[in-house]
Amino acid sequence: MSTIAITADYHGEMKDSVDKFHGQQLLNIGWDRHLLFASPMCLPVSPDMPFAAVVQNLLPVLFGAHPDFAQIDWAQVIWLRSGKPFMPDFAASLVDNGLGHKAILRMQTPNLHGIGGSGT
Amino acid sequence: MPVTNTPATKSPATGGRKLSLKENYAMMTRDLGWETTYQPMDEVFRMLKFEGIKIHDWDKWEDPFRMTMDAYWKYQGEKEKKLYAIIDAFQQNNGQFNVTDVRYIQALKIFITAFSPLEYTSHRGFAILGREFAGAGPRIAAQMQSIDELRHAQTQIHTLSPYNRYFEGMVNFREMYDRTWYLSIPKSFFEDAVTSGPFEFITAISFALEYVLTNLIFMPWMSGAAFNGDMASVTFGFSAQSDEARHMTLGIEVIKFLLEQDPDNVPIVQRWIDKWFWRAYRLLALVGAMMDYMLPKRVMSWAEAWEIYFEQNGGALFAELGRYGIRMPKHWETSVKEKNRISHEVWCILYQYRHAAGFQLWLPSEEEMDWFSEKYPDTFDQLYRPRYEYWRQLEAEGRPFVNTTLPQLCQTCQWPMLFTEPDDPTQTCYRESDYRDEKFHFCSDGCKDIFDGEPEKYVNAWLPVHQIYQGNCLSEGVDPTAPDFDPLVEALKYMGIRPGIDGGDLTGSADAINWERWTGRPANSQADREPPFREAAE
Repeated sequence: MSTIAITADYHGEMKDSVDKFHGQQLLNIGWDRHLLFASPMCLPVSPDMPFAAVVQNLLPVLFGAHPDFAQIDWAQVIWLRSGKPFMPDFAASLVDNGLGHKAILRMQTPNLHGIGGSGT
Repeated sequence: MPVTNTPATKSPATGGRKLSLKENYAMMTRDLGWETTYQPMDEVFRMLKFEGIKIHDWDKWEDPFRMTMDAYWKYQGEKEKKLYAIIDAFQQNNGQFNVTDVRYIQALKIFITAFSPLEYTSHRGFAILGREFAGAGPRIAAQMQSIDELRHAQTQIHTLSPYNRYFEGMVNFREMYDRTWYLSIPKSFFEDAVTSGPFEFITAISFALEYVLTNLIFMPWMSGAAFNGDMASVTFGFSAQSDEARHMTLGIEVIKFLLEQDPDNVPIVQRWIDKWFWRAYRLLALVGAMMDYMLPKRVMSWAEAWEIYFEQNGGALFAELGRYGIRMPKHWETSVKEKNRISHEVWCILYQYRHAAGFQLWLPSEEEMDWFSEKYPDTFDQLYRPRYEYWRQLEAEGRPFVNTTLPQLCQTCQWPMLFTEPDDPTQTCYRESDYRDEKFHFCSDGCKDIFDGEPEKYVNAWLPVHQIYQGNCLSEGVDPTAPDFDPLVEALKYMGIRPGIDGGDLTGSADAINWERWTGRPANSQADREPPFREAAE
């Protein structure tokens, strides 16, 4: 045990385990080099949600206000799961795409550089 | 006035001779302790061994102040009388209307909700040390500091109470400290310290926070108060200054004592310095934003303060501690790389979540942006001016930018993940660890290292965003199954934030309207005279 504790076998409670989210899981979503949204966002979602629904339903709500959003060429988007590129199966669920509880999904749009090219 | 029967007057033990300061100190501190016989000392002082710190001789503790309790009460009582006389005068003269403008009062809201409760938490922490240290000298020093911290919390509340009578956002400060999303940043910082062992606590608070970094809190707060006409806070500052000097001395003495007692203590203390430097530095990001954005008359920029108080002064300190085998805190280089960004990054996150804040926000005016360009020549025009100009354009068009989705938080410091890569200020810094089949996310290598060192502790973190989604942020009597139930509105109410009264834009807020009505002066003294119609960048 790495924590130095006065109580033997001290073990914290897993405060955010998936069973506490009423059938949902958390999904974190970020858009690289687009800091108009100053941090990635966190959402409760159904683990069964198909990846296509993230793209069609969630991303427009999260990022639609950005002027670059309408210019995204979705065929060119690079998707990152825990920081590593992967090829999502749009028809498969989040879980089947390896996006479990508290996963972090990032998208990169290499031809779009944010407002004034500032990464905003 | 009756003569009090203290050793400082006349003692039968010395045949009526008045004691020297040194004798008095010895009698009133070390002589008050004893070796217990009914119970072994290890049972009486049970918290001293588990952290691995080895103390061989508590009498090696040197208290340079040699303050005794009788003198302590006398000094503090005198300071108290002066402070309350000035607070009275401040109230009679309506001093709350003499500050620069109502933006300064938004900064006071952060102080009363985020920092004054830390003084109280600190009081609790030092009270534990005042019980748990085996040496009478440090025990009494901790007891005094415990009372100091309680007094600071109390006098800060009294100092700010005239503002509370006229402005929103301060009255529920206690409840907000426990519940409001961004206040979990200071709260979790201090509770992390209080739930550590006694040696880690004193290293964290007395050394890392109060010795190494205190100037970065006290200086902008008190100089900021003086620059902006807040005489009540300035007087509080004077009243606390001699205490802070004593606390800083305790901080450096405790480090030297621990390091001199046993070489095995060195790596443990270094680990704590690494951890608590980073924890305190992340907490100070809020101070950075306050300094750069919320003080209408600025003292200096955050970057300048970091250069003077950390890079120069801190650098000299750690060079001196090198002879004990202590080096600069891990990741200090990152803090230097970030110095031209963090205040802007924090203001951007607060601005976009202003509907969920307990104070009002605004975009910097042309004049302020020019000041930023001058103070931050390597970053502001390239990175932040385009963002602000875009947001100013949206405001001018009547569709101001707002982010209505909750942010992802760092598991350790609990800030939204707003910080950028050390070597790339255009890219969010993502770090991740797996522990017991669950993912944990961090804003920096510093926060990840802290988690990886003690994951058992940080899995407990009460992250407001996750708590909201679990349904734990509801006031009593709220029915989450009601048809008109809105989880985010209810969460804000639970956190003490009243939509339409607290938070939102400064312009048009109750505070701004009342300020102008009561003082006849503009709520934002630096606002552009004309609405901004500068062409937004592409």
